[in-house]
Amino acid sequence: MNYIDSSLKVVGSRPVRPDGVDKVTGRAVFAADTRTAGMLWGKILRSPHAHARIVSIDTSKAEALKGVFAVVTAADFPDIPSEEAFVGEGPVNFRDLALNVMARQKVLYEGHALAAVAASTQEIADQALALIDVKYEVLPHVIDVEEAMADGAPILHDDMITTGVNPPPTKASNIAKVVTFKKGDAEAAFAEADVIVEGHYTTQPVHQAYIEPHACLATYAPDGQIQIHSSSQGHFMVRAYTAKLLGLNLSDIRVNPAEIGGGFGGKTLVYLEPVAVALSRKSGRTVKMQMTREEVFRGSGPTSGAAMDVKIGAKKDGTIVAAKQVLKYQAGAFAGSPIGPGCMCGFAMYDLPNVDVVGYDVVSNRPKVAAYRAPGAPITSFAVESAMDELALKLGMDPLTLREKNAAKNGTKTHYGPTHQNIGFTAVLDAVRAHPHWKTPLKEGQGRGLAAGFWFNIGGESSAQVHVNEDGSVTAATGSPDIGGSRASIGMMVAEVLGVPADAVRTIVADTASIGFTHLTGGSRVTFATGMAATQAAEKVVEDLKRRAAQTWEIPVDAVEWKDGKAYPAGSNAGAFEPLDLAALALKSPRTGGPIAAEVSVNAQGAGAGFGAHICDVTVDKETGQVTIERYTAIQDVGKAIHPSYVEGQIQGGAAQGIGWALNEEYVYNDRGQMENPGFLDYRVPVASDVPMIEAVLVEVPNPRHPFGARGVGEVPIVPPMAAIANAIRSATGLRMPDLPMSPPKVRAAFDARG
Amino acid sequence: MAKTYVSATINGEQTEFLCETQQTLLDVLRDVVGLTGSKEGCASGDCGACSVILNDRLVCSCLVLGVEANDAKITTIEGIAQGDKLHPVQQKFLEHAALQCGFCTPGLIVASKALLDENPNPTETEARYWLAGNLCRCTGYDKIIRAVMDAAAEMRGETVG
Repeated sequence: MNYIDSSLKVVGSRPVRPDGVDKVTGRAVFAADTRTAGMLWGKILRSPHAHARIVSIDTSKAEALKGVFAVVTAADFPDIPSEEAFVGEGPVNFRDLALNVMARQKVLYEGHALAAVAASTQEIADQALALIDVKYEVLPHVIDVEEAMADGAPILHDDMITTGVNPPPTKASNIAKVVTFKKGDAEAAFAEADVIVEGHYTTQPVHQAYIEPHACLATYAPDGQIQIHSSSQGHFMVRAYTAKLLGLNLSDIRVNPAEIGGGFGGKTLVYLEPVAVALSRKSGRTVKMQMTREEVFRGSGPTSGAAMDVKIGAKKDGTIVAAKQVLKYQAGAFAGSPIGPGCMCGFAMYDLPNVDVVGYDVVSNRPKVAAYRAPGAPITSFAVESAMDELALKLGMDPLTLREKNAAKNGTKTHYGPTHQNIGFTAVLDAVRAHPHWKTPLKEGQGRGLAAGFWFNIGGESSAQVHVNEDGSVTAATGSPDIGGSRASIGMMVAEVLGVPADAVRTIVADTASIGFTHLTGGSRVTFATGMAATQAAEKVVEDLKRRAAQTWEIPVDAVEWKDGKAYPAGSNAGAFEPLDLAALALKSPRTGGPIAAEVSVNAQGAGAGFGAHICDVTVDKETGQVTIERYTAIQDVGKAIHPSYVEGQIQGGAAQGIGWALNEEYVYNDRGQMENPGFLDYRVPVASDVPMIEAVLVEVPNPRHPFGARGVGEVPIVPPMAAIANAIRSATGLRMPDLPMSPPKVRAAFDARG
Repeated sequence: MAKTYVSATINGEQTEFLCETQQTLLDVLRDVVGLTGSKEGCASGDCGACSVILNDRLVCSCLVLGVEANDAKITTIEGIAQGDKLHPVQQKFLEHAALQCGFCTPGLIVASKALLDENPNPTETEARYWLAGNLCRCTGYDKIIRAVMDAAAEMRGETVG
């Protein structure tokens, strides 16, 4: 059923979330909050070298230490072959994943795991790590993406032959893959352009910087049954990857989803769980592991840094005739940067006749990248949206008008293939034009920037259950970890269908043995796909309730209608009966077919792309180079806001992460390839005093493929901020900042260079 | 090494525990006393997820040793509500949707309560600087600041529109 044009009572309102009280009182149980009697503490030994051959690992002294119950190395894990799978938000190669979890033969970055211990206390575990004797043959390393591509660069993987080029190269390099997209003939079209802009842009890798470090608790029972309690964006993902890396059956592993303290894509992989299971198997005891913040920085995430060239050509009237991009994305130590989405997203917002994009997926001696909010899109868009601003300047055109003139519309064929359908980009640009922020004159010394952003959004496999309990109360269960309020939105959709208030439905996250497969929480898919499953489960329950009412009244089922949480006889011909509510029908359930419940599993399609545009005002201190965000407005097509407060929250949070990416966040490496700022003091994420109020403006162009019209909303808001801020700095100072972060020393240096 | 006997008042309750010299107050709260509402995000005093009030002073419990808590009065997130009545800051966090994942929330609520105990009428700027030691990666702080300002107004007895 479709409720897009229905009058809605619950969807669109702002109830308190079902798990709210637990989270404001400290009762919510996150992964590191669980302890069991007799558990051991597991800890990981990490490489101090950026690149080295492991000559030998001697664990005998560690094993002999009193209080140590297990030591594992790669020898305790199967050596699995190369196998590509598309899961989560990108491709995963299970051999690479296994090697990332536990190094074999070589360590490829500082922080790479190569052994682990389980001991009765954390102190003994630390002592045991110090007793593991590793002999390394240190190899030359490479950190920078363009240096990693150069001839003579240290090679990470002897078998890495670049794919995507014809003929294939004959020798190994650090370029895992080349991706190309062509539409029309860009080279020829540039000759017809009146105005051309070109630029070279770089971005730094940034960490997802969830406040909760990775943590888990694992038990391997003597019968081979495994229980894992962990914080992740997908407990089914944890089950699948742990099984794969240890050669186990899925049905022998049960994963309980703990509350998750932020992920943003960074918890779509496993780091600890297979190690904890291996330690538990070897010790016969439950093993708890949690990373330190330093380990989180050295051993997990981040997203790619990149070097990019952009060229855009337009007619005098602003019509873009040709666009070209070369993108070099860091993948970290193993192949698999978000170069694919990078190549697609930059120009996806515009209706362009001729496009030429080439992308390189490049390994170097840094932690393997993980998904981060709209993986790949913010990077490419920093370059494209900065170049669009330069183009507007060169044309003498308002940057909003330039975007309006070239905006993608329904029917626009993208350069990567699909044709846009049911998109709301022009509605977003209309909302920019109408917004007071856009019309308010700037104060002395301020600059204003505009940038747009795009993300595909995804659907996929989800399962949901709706139970009407014996007293008529309702429980909804899904397989989607609740990372930012999805219990609320799922429960609200169920309540709307059942015709009951939001607080009549309690929503829970069920473990891997208690509900059908559900793909991880990512790609902005949960409200769309899991919401679709939950809506359909609620509809099945309503059909069942109508049947039960019909049976009770002894009338045909089509003579029963369901409204406001009750069964009514449909019209006077159906008979005169008192309406039956959920409690009454639940009471009669033993005589009308037993328990009232439905489970629906879907593979949801038609996620509906998301578009946004951000307006940012800044001032820039010429003495210090400090950029201050004075005003920030984020406008986005959200399809339909199920719980508007949490939709706004996604937009505000994404914008703030983008502000950090733009102005402060970066990895500082020394000449040995070691990260020098692995803590929140030196890796500077935005704090409350760094940002202003962030106004989130919700544009609602319904997505016809979702029962309530919802689109994913979580990813788009991190796409525009970097260019919006760069463009604002350009407007305030005349300086184009092509390299992130635009931190005080860089901005000050740009002033100095201009003289 | 011998453990040290410590006696402290935690959330109004006389509490005795044995702790090792190097254990932080955060470790003691979580691992010995069993109060896991205070979170470890960094263990270096940079994220504020472990914020508690120690003798009327807001501290990161990861920067205090357990043995230093002897004779102290400690309020953790578990002691902010009075029975089943939420503190206004907690209630406003819920109403304003000032949390997403909820991991930083205990620290932010303790820090906000400490702010309002000291300054019942903070400006937005004062609230932002006071809470600058509490990282939140989800919300962009907008709704958190609104919740704190609204809680302050309610605690002052002002009608809020």
